[in-house]
Amino acid sequence: MIRSNASEMAAKLVAGETTSVALTAAHLDRIRAVDVDVHAFLHVDSEGALAQAAAVDAKRAKGEKLSPLAGVPLALKDVLTQKGIPTTCGSKILAGWRPPYDSSVVANLKRNDIVILGKTNMDEFAMGSSTENSAFGPTHNPWDLTRIPGGSGGGSSAALAAFQAPLAIGTDTGGSIRQPAAVTGTVGVKPTYGGVSRFGLVAFSSSLDQAGPCARTVLDAALLHEAIAGYDPKDSTSINAPVPAVVAAAKSGNVKGMKIGVVKELNGDGYQSGVRTRFEESLELLAGAGAEIVQVSAPNFEYALAAYYLIAPSECSSNLARFDAMRYGLRVGDIDGASAESVMNLTREAGFGREVKRRIILGTYALSSGYYDAYYGSAQKVRTLITQDFNKAFARCDVMVSPTCPTTAFKIGEKSNDPIAMYLNDIATIPVNMAGIGGMSLPAGLAPEDGLPVGFQIMAPAMQDQRMYLVGAALEAALLSKWGAPLLSQAPALAGS
Amino acid sequence: MSSLSRDDVANLARLARIEMSEEELISLSNEFTVILDAVARVQEVAAADVEPTSHPLPLRNVFRPDVVVPSLTTKEALSGAPAQEESRFRVPQILGEE
Repeated sequence: MIRSNASEMAAKLVAGETTSVALTAAHLDRIRAVDVDVHAFLHVDSEGALAQAAAVDAKRAKGEKLSPLAGVPLALKDVLTQKGIPTTCGSKILAGWRPPYDSSVVANLKRNDIVILGKTNMDEFAMGSSTENSAFGPTHNPWDLTRIPGGSGGGSSAALAAFQAPLAIGTDTGGSIRQPAAVTGTVGVKPTYGGVSRFGLVAFSSSLDQAGPCARTVLDAALLHEAIAGYDPKDSTSINAPVPAVVAAAKSGNVKGMKIGVVKELNGDGYQSGVRTRFEESLELLAGAGAEIVQVSAPNFEYALAAYYLIAPSECSSNLARFDAMRYGLRVGDIDGASAESVMNLTREAGFGREVKRRIILGTYALSSGYYDAYYGSAQKVRTLITQDFNKAFARCDVMVSPTCPTTAFKIGEKSNDPIAMYLNDIATIPVNMAGIGGMSLPAGLAPEDGLPVGFQIMAPAMQDQRMYLVGAALEAALLSKWGAPLLSQAPALAGS
Repeated sequence: MSSLSRDDVANLARLARIEMSEEELISLSNEFTVILDAVARVQEVAAADVEPTSHPLPLRNVFRPDVVVPSLTTKEALSGAPAQEESRFRVPQILGEE
């Protein structure tokens, strides 16, 4: 039962073939069996999940009209607040904190009766591409436990690939939904910036952060997308417009006549050969489904990474100032006569990990007087150039595509001492965040040389998210008929299965 | 080539309110030589005539109606406080002794 897709589970619930309590219990059993090896979860709320499931079953028994995913379980990235449930952001500075309110994403999940199993592991404050920066230990990729599951949302992607949950929520600042999806053979979508409320999403880089759906199929991601998206007056950057019709697009998958732009700069040198093989194959399948493949160029994308590593640290140095040991979280050194400043200094020293400190210092430098124009100011100009590149390209095509990442999953520990090598993972995902548009990653198969999953990225103009789902559904269907079974059926069995 | 000395990092750490060990100051200062070289590439294309973008959405001030809605109770607001006293956050000394 746990290996089905969310939409199949939902259909069984509607048909009365199973209950949400049974489904939830099956996933909790699975978590108990395999999370020792995977470590996707930081907190499992068995009691709360079963209570929520029982409440959905009772509503269904009474004949109430329920939402499409009602009763289906989900794993929540630990960067979103859920009332009364520990929310750590993978950081010691928030260990033990139980927020007194729900994020808007969680409120939407509860309104749709989606059952929340627990909180998933992540790089501390979403800063990283491997989940190795979690203060609570790394998550392991279910395809190969010695490898990273991507990051920052490696807990969410691993939970899907290990069948611990059929749905998950991620957040994406520079690729933290899409890159984990790519390296675990799952689907992840970063909606248009402003499409999903950021209220209750602990801020890393406010002009880039966006929550979105993670799942094992394009349709499941679309159903979850519609459940969490929409205008929220509590987020001043929330877009007040109808949610794009992503479920209809995922059900249609008709790409006849669509123009698909291959980004010249996001391919070639630096991309693993198996990644390129799978990418080319996907292009052929899309052409076979009736799409027209065109070449587009985005010359300024090569500066995106540099701009990102100025903008995101600058915004984080400001956002993380809230962790001051005064109102919540860790407090260190509060002895008689200690000043507030010394308590702050000691708390932030003890509470933040290495990468977080590195970025706060970098951001503090980039924003300091005398350097502002050269660094932060220049990065903002690059942001304009990247947006212009997208606009020019989208004048010639409906969506743009690329490999999601240059390589398949690397070994845990392989890049942890080389920040620049680590940052290069995000080279193909960052431009989307800079422009605030939508991006999706879906599985394109396994790289022949290492047998590990490769991701195919689809980018669409702002508030045209449905186009990603059209193309994603078409490619998924073509690949499925080629493979004969979902990609994850080729993943090795874990101890618990 | 840009670089940050150990003292530069110490000054930034002070501004960012993070206590740092000598070992951390030195290793960060070494790493920043590499990182600043990589990020300084933005200057290659940031011409004077390019407008900066601070945010993906063209937003100005966003207002909501000024109506009273339910909010956190005092107990809830204080639920995560490291220390509290008389329904308030208790914080370390902020002003000097004198």
